[in-house]
Amino acid sequence: MNSSGSNHLVRRTKNRVMNVLFVACAILVVSPLGFVLFDLFRQGLAAINWTFFTALPKPVGQLGGGMGNAIVGTFELLGLASLIGVPVGVLGGIYLAEYGSDRFNAWIRFGADVLNGTPSIVWGMVAYGVAVLPMKGFSAYAGGLALGFIMTPIVLRTTEEVLVLVPRSYREAALALGLQRWQMIARIVLPTAMKGVVTGVLLAIGRVAGETAPLLFTAFGNNYWNHHLTEPIAALPLQIFYYGISPYDDWHRQAWAGALVLVLLVLLLSAGVRLLSADWKKRGSS
Amino acid sequence: MSSQIAPVEVTPSAAPNPRRWPDRLFHALTLAGALAIVVLILLVGWELYRGSKLALHEFGWKFLVSTDWDPVNDQFGALPFIFGTFVSSLIALLIAVPLSIGTAIYLTDLAPVWLRQPLTSVIEMLAAVPSVIWGLWGIFVLVPWLRVSIYPVLQKWLGFLPLFKGPIYGIGMLTGGIIVAIMILPIVTSVSREVLRSVPNLQREAAYGLGATRWEVTRIAVLSYARRGLFGAAVLGLGRALGETMAVTMVIGNTPQIAASLFAPAYSLASVIANEFNEATTQLYRHALVELGLVLLGVTILINIIALVLVRAITSAETRRVA
Amino acid sequence: MTLNEPPKSTVLPPSAPTPPPAAPAGEVAFDVRNLSVFYGANEAVKNASLQISARRVTAIIGPSGCGKSTFLRTLNRMHELTPGARHTGTIRLSGDDLYAREIDPIVVRRRVGMVFQKSNPFPTLSIAENVLVGLRLNGLRDGTLLRQRLEESLHMAALWDEVKDHLSRPGISLSGGQQQRLCIARALAVRPEVLLMDEPCSALDPLATAKIEELIQTLRDQFTVIIVTHNMQQAARVSDQTAFFYMGQLVEFGDTRNVFMNPTNPQTEAYVSGRFG
Repeated sequence: MNSSGSNHLVRRTKNRVMNVLFVACAILVVSPLGFVLFDLFRQGLAAINWTFFTALPKPVGQLGGGMGNAIVGTFELLGLASLIGVPVGVLGGIYLAEYGSDRFNAWIRFGADVLNGTPSIVWGMVAYGVAVLPMKGFSAYAGGLALGFIMTPIVLRTTEEVLVLVPRSYREAALALGLQRWQMIARIVLPTAMKGVVTGVLLAIGRVAGETAPLLFTAFGNNYWNHHLTEPIAALPLQIFYYGISPYDDWHRQAWAGALVLVLLVLLLSAGVRLLSADWKKRGSS
Repeated sequence: MSSQIAPVEVTPSAAPNPRRWPDRLFHALTLAGALAIVVLILLVGWELYRGSKLALHEFGWKFLVSTDWDPVNDQFGALPFIFGTFVSSLIALLIAVPLSIGTAIYLTDLAPVWLRQPLTSVIEMLAAVPSVIWGLWGIFVLVPWLRVSIYPVLQKWLGFLPLFKGPIYGIGMLTGGIIVAIMILPIVTSVSREVLRSVPNLQREAAYGLGATRWEVTRIAVLSYARRGLFGAAVLGLGRALGETMAVTMVIGNTPQIAASLFAPAYSLASVIANEFNEATTQLYRHALVELGLVLLGVTILINIIALVLVRAITSAETRRVA
Repeated sequence: MTLNEPPKSTVLPPSAPTPPPAAPAGEVAFDVRNLSVFYGANEAVKNASLQISARRVTAIIGPSGCGKSTFLRTLNRMHELTPGARHTGTIRLSGDDLYAREIDPIVVRRRVGMVFQKSNPFPTLSIAENVLVGLRLNGLRDGTLLRQRLEESLHMAALWDEVKDHLSRPGISLSGGQQQRLCIARALAVRPEVLLMDEPCSALDPLATAKIEELIQTLRDQFTVIIVTHNMQQAARVSDQTAFFYMGQLVEFGDTRNVFMNPTNPQTEAYVSGRFG
């Protein structure tokens, strides 16, 4: 093996080069987050003040105004979506974890994953057909429904995942006390997995909080306060979109500010998720 | 058994215990929750079919191959949007897949242990940034930078290719692809990482035992073993890329044309729906837009099913839990 | 007596410090006839027949995989939770057929309580809530009664003195041995006739084990106790009667002294003298 020395050198050099390449990949993947956060703070912070959170948008040409209605509207829409997504998803997750046969569960899980990959704009069209057409107008309800459709499969999957982590021994102990199955689930299993379930719900809320496409032709947007859920409602992502593509500098500033607020909201949710899930994993393993 | 009797009551009552009805109700409720998935699938299909009937009937298969998008004369063809969607998604994949797999390899096999968790968290945060914010950043930061600093250089060196000819606007097909690439990086990375983690350590050890370098271990033991799963990750990324709406809408240029140049403005299925749905004045126009949605839905569902089957085949043995 | 007849051991007067006997000591509690249990195609218990005395301690011993736990779990229909499990034969508790068509397994489990191999207090509940959860979820609301039951049950489980000052702490904050006694108190709180114990000491240190064994001795005055154990010394120490299972067969059943000193079956002798492959 005469050539082994140089061969070895070639292999080691190759190894080095590949290592550097992988590090470069990792840096390139995370760098957009750094850039976008930097720009959001640089451009957005200046336009954030008290009025931004409380005032209505000003008409074109007038400076100032805020996104108060859009911020409130986003929370209202998230509330409506949760009213649909949380109960349906949690109940479905319970069925998969506690009752369903393996075959049935595999199909439902597959269906939920397929739904998770469905473009969000499609849900907007579905909600348009289900809510906007029959109610003859855009409404907060329609927007909430579209977001609720998106939340449901996410909540279902995470709920199932955390429920099966609850040790069998708790279920047996509960049944051995003569509890009914639903009591065992609702009073023992669900509370034991509660943090995990909440994590899943936060995850789903975080996922839909920034959704714009499904709201375009459901919630529609509104330059005023929403007084009735049967009327169109403003939302932060919608407002960012409309202002972002507008030709006015002042609106661009506001779009950046709105984007900063939205990103902080979403990242706060995801930080909450990580905190809760770390805690949950710790407890699950002990 | 009446409820006033103290609960230590142990006498079994005859026939179906009347106190068991809550059990049956609860069972039924949870079943309804699970079946909601089936209902949602049927609802999506039905609503999109119902909303596009007129266009389906009017244009038939011609809809898919016609390049004519002329709302004024009620002529609708999907080809420019299908073209824009696929090309921008392919660009996104070309950029995102190598970067994501490289990052996944770094995360599973190379990165110091203390760095793995924070890095994973950063990638999760990247996934959390909403589409509309990438769009905003795209318009005001990415587009000017590409127009001034990158595209001219690209044109100078590769301008002999039709792909890089023509005027540079900043917005356009390539920019759409780049912004989508950024958006699918997290999912392709995290699925690739799952796949790589499910490669049995025995595989790695066997390769190390032969005296392989780290890269050789990765190439021989890890990548060859995980090939199918990584392909699945890429296909899953494709599924997401096809459906991306807001960011693409804001940077792709929104022009229904099929141009050779990647610098030229284009249009995608999701973008045209987002832009024109509320302006669709005639029934046929709206139905044509919903049919675009139907095309988009069909393609993404197909792609997603392929991806899920590929990814599950490799990770399921590892991640299946004991119920 | 059939199940549809008027209540026999129905409601305890809440003030009674101890439950009235389900059956007088020495009478038959469980009458098991030709019991076979299957998991799919695998026959875990093969045609076992025996009569377990009321208010006695019965030990079930045998090498692991011999079917002793399966047998125990048929006594409160817990084996039905395993998918694919089925059985033939009959089991009567004080004359009532536990598997009669109209019988709700939930009612069976209220009459036949169970303690498991690993202590499993419910993690989200306090000590007091753990003890009372069975009563509360069965609809008992009366505060003074609950309070009384709590104290009684913890006394019976010999845990009261150790926990009386911090009843609202989480159940899982206790030590392993205390947790297991908490689980016993939890099972006793609904006042079952029978207490099944599935290797209750296998996860405990010798001191905690001694406490549980002591406790079993006091429980036999009020409850029928059936304990599965892989520890023959423990069976010899705590039980009045012993059943020896081997490969799904009930090989020998009789007074503990006889089973250990003069086993009639050579397999039993080999096992109790520790000469078992």
